[in-house]
Amino acid sequence: MFKYVNQPIEKIDGLALVTGEEKYTDDFSFNNMLYVSVLHSGYAYAKIIDIDDSEARTMHGVVEILSYKNVNRILYTTAGQGYPEPSPYDTLLFGKTMRFVGDNVCAVAAESKEIADEALKKIKVTYKELKPILNLEKSEGSSIIIHKDDGAFPKIPVFYDAKKNIASKVEANVGDFDSAFKKSSRKIELDFYCSYGSHCAIEPHASVSYLDVRGRLVIISTTQVPFHVRRIVSHVAEIPVSKIRVIKPRLGGGFGGKQEILLEPIVALMTWRTKRPAKLVYSRREVFKSTRCRHEYQTKVSVGYEADGKINALHLDALENAGGYGSHALTVLANAGSKTLPLLNKIENLRFTGMGVYTNLPVGGAYRGYGATESYPAYAQAIDMVCEDCGLDIVEYYKKWCIKSGETSAIFQALGEGKEGVAMTIGSTSLVECLDEGAKLSDWYEKRKLYGPNSDFNKGKRLKRGIGMVAMMQGSAIPEIDMASAYIKMNDDGSFNLNVGATDLGTGSDTVLAQIASEVLDTPVESFIVYSSDTDFTPFDTGAYASSTTYLSGQAVRKCVEEIKKQILKVGAEMLSLSVDEVELNDSRVTAKENIKEEVSFADICQYSLYQKNQFQIQATASHISPKSPPPFAVHFIEIEVDTFTGIIKVLNYTATVDCGTPINPVTAEGQVEGAIVNGLSYALFENYYFSPHGKMLNDTFGKYGVYTAFDIPPMKVKLIKSYEETGPYGAKSISEININGALPGIANAFYNATGKRLHSGPFAPEYVLKVLSEK
Amino acid sequence: MKFPFKVNNKSKDLELLPNETLLHVLRNNDFTEVKCGCNEGECGSCTVLLDGKPVNSCQVLAMSVQEKEITTVKGIGTLYTPHFLQKSFVEAGADQCGFCSPGMVLASYSLLKENPKPTRKEILTALDGNLCRCTGYVKIVDAVEMTAQKLQTNNLEME
Ligand code: FES
Ligand code: FES
Repeated sequence: MFKYVNQPIEKIDGLALVTGEEKYTDDFSFNNMLYVSVLHSGYAYAKIIDIDDSEARTMHGVVEILSYKNVNRILYTTAGQGYPEPSPYDTLLFGKTMRFVGDNVCAVAAESKEIADEALKKIKVTYKELKPILNLEKSEGSSIIIHKDDGAFPKIPVFYDAKKNIASKVEANVGDFDSAFKKSSRKIELDFYCSYGSHCAIEPHASVSYLDVRGRLVIISTTQVPFHVRRIVSHVAEIPVSKIRVIKPRLGGGFGGKQEILLEPIVALMTWRTKRPAKLVYSRREVFKSTRCRHEYQTKVSVGYEADGKINALHLDALENAGGYGSHALTVLANAGSKTLPLLNKIENLRFTGMGVYTNLPVGGAYRGYGATESYPAYAQAIDMVCEDCGLDIVEYYKKWCIKSGETSAIFQALGEGKEGVAMTIGSTSLVECLDEGAKLSDWYEKRKLYGPNSDFNKGKRLKRGIGMVAMMQGSAIPEIDMASAYIKMNDDGSFNLNVGATDLGTGSDTVLAQIASEVLDTPVESFIVYSSDTDFTPFDTGAYASSTTYLSGQAVRKCVEEIKKQILKVGAEMLSLSVDEVELNDSRVTAKENIKEEVSFADICQYSLYQKNQFQIQATASHISPKSPPPFAVHFIEIEVDTFTGIIKVLNYTATVDCGTPINPVTAEGQVEGAIVNGLSYALFENYYFSPHGKMLNDTFGKYGVYTAFDIPPMKVKLIKSYEETGPYGAKSISEININGALPGIANAFYNATGKRLHSGPFAPEYVLKVLSEK
Repeated sequence: MKFPFKVNNKSKDLELLPNETLLHVLRNNDFTEVKCGCNEGECGSCTVLLDGKPVNSCQVLAMSVQEKEITTVKGIGTLYTPHFLQKSFVEAGADQCGFCSPGMVLASYSLLKENPKPTRKEILTALDGNLCRCTGYVKIVDAVEMTAQKLQTNNLEME
């Protein structure tokens, strides 16, 4: 039994958030601050012949202008990943070639935002327009080359062929797909298209910088990856790491969108050159067009199987649109395979092929789900088709064939992130329970009996109903790559400073980490003063991505507090004149095992250690990397109603059962599930990027883009079904990403159950649904 | 230029330019609890109450509301004296990143003031203009229901 872990403890920043007290990046302003505006390309593909900024420079209030003319040509990747990054170095802060509508042309710093915006209009840019590639299927090997002779290169030894527009390529084989497929008595193929998508964190991207009293550069930024910001700004702006401090204040959501180094180098250079504070805040339109998005994907699954449902061979092929630059192009692609294929691990012959290509469309990046969102629609529909064809219940099918505790999948080793993966045996899983419980909660069996394309319920009706399901896995951190660390010291009154590099971006990780620390020391969460994250004051952490914070940073905290515990017990024993073996922790005290009344409080212990005898600071630091990435599992059951006249799909009920190991905080964990489901639904039914014939995004406002509002949400049932992950803190795994993946495949399977037709393209907007329904 | 305004029950001289929106004027005068998610009237993070009615302050010219009572989320309750509605938000787990929270709290406040016993549907309708990307809205609706419950059991009124 736990006391602080697995408890619904209120978020430690909660009251400050809901009273508007917490500060986000744009809430910081400084005397004498410059305001920065960026000019973005209106062309999808063009060469800049010249930039004439002479008029702008003479404008009253304009202080600095940055462009290719005065910024050194340094290739980098905007992807905030571990170093050396698996994404190609193909980006310049300000280059002469514009590769998508929204690319950086130049930036102005001025005394006010209005002057900066006005100055942008006075800058004369002469472009030579080039013929763009605006279709991902037309990119590979096209005569139009997007990164031609610009020196773009992969930072790690991976396949990269800019001359053919190939930004990334991944292949993994287990067994022999070709011959097993050929020999199979039944075969199906299914393709699926996933659209662009925007994270739509409600807080737009922003960065503010200033020089401190010793001339060091301080950057406050909306970032999920402060330490990667420090490293990459140092590289791009040519400022030593020792001169840079990056602070992450409160963050207004990220979802992967703030795992990208975009605004920071611009404000950094402005401040470094002018010696004045500088602020850049993107408008919503700039966030849509110029930052990063979910990659567009075309996937295809081929399955060879037998009449009893046994799958002999499965091939997943993915074509990814990297956009103008290859940020996360390789790793999202690899995850499209590695987060799906191990799920049914008894399939002996597996093949994954993937390619990321450059186009002159917006740049993809990290987005909650990270490849799995893009591959599950095809994968899970294929499994549904196999079950349908063989007359099997899909819930029982998953139960039979899914990966179990003590089992492995060769894919874990075959598919890594830019290198070989890491072999892993599954420890914790409650997937089978999730399947059973979800079926029960959603009335799966009754509804499957009732619905069906030829059922009395649906036949000849305008409104048709169906229920579909999908089972999924994800990961928890990147094994043997991601590292987290924590530092703790004890204070006079028995409180503790807990400094972590882990980046709470709204998920509640500061609270979750404090709960873990509380559990080790048997002292309340309020005893911990949590500070995250600041590259000067918190130890290194790769950042908040890859579902890593609870699992990885949590374990770093746990290790660190275990060390503190030893020190406290030692001092406590000394004070009680007992040996360490004779004492234990007890509700913020050290007590004698034999006699609980012999006690010293944490406050007394700390005061003793600081002021009285054998003085020292009770403190510790610890780091953690993980040899594995234990998957969380989730099962979603979705019941829908299709209006066959309008093409509108209405979600009637959404049931999710989730295995995240031990939920350290059941309320924030549930919040992660609900938030991800709604984001997934919004993406499955509405969200898309619509482009002009010239590659310009047309729907670049919240209203036109269509984010789900409160009014759109269906009734939801969420249940966390515990398992215990030995390698995680108190049995925890991750939860943040996995639940965004269910809506597309779950709705597609429900749609088949209602209508007998397969969906092949997201989002399932009314026009598309009508088109599918009208097909013979 | 400075002009007198009434913000959170206090008179205050706010520095502004005549064509500035209320959102900018408030933020430039240290009311940074009013957030800007889009500046185009589509997200509700800039919600304030004008004479008790929620509006998107990014769509209002500051000079046009000089006569009105402006309420930001801090006018409902502060860190030191939080309103029970704000406490419900924290209890229910409606506070993830918190960027939408000031707007959500104000929209909920004005709903509950008019209608202390809203149905779930009425809550969803009232919050329709406020986007949240983190919570999926579930726990925000829970927080409003929880507050309505508190109103009833303790025979309280919204104030
Ligand atoms: S900032 Fe005013 S509605 Fe979005
Ligand atoms: S809590 Fe993040 S936008 Fe609502």
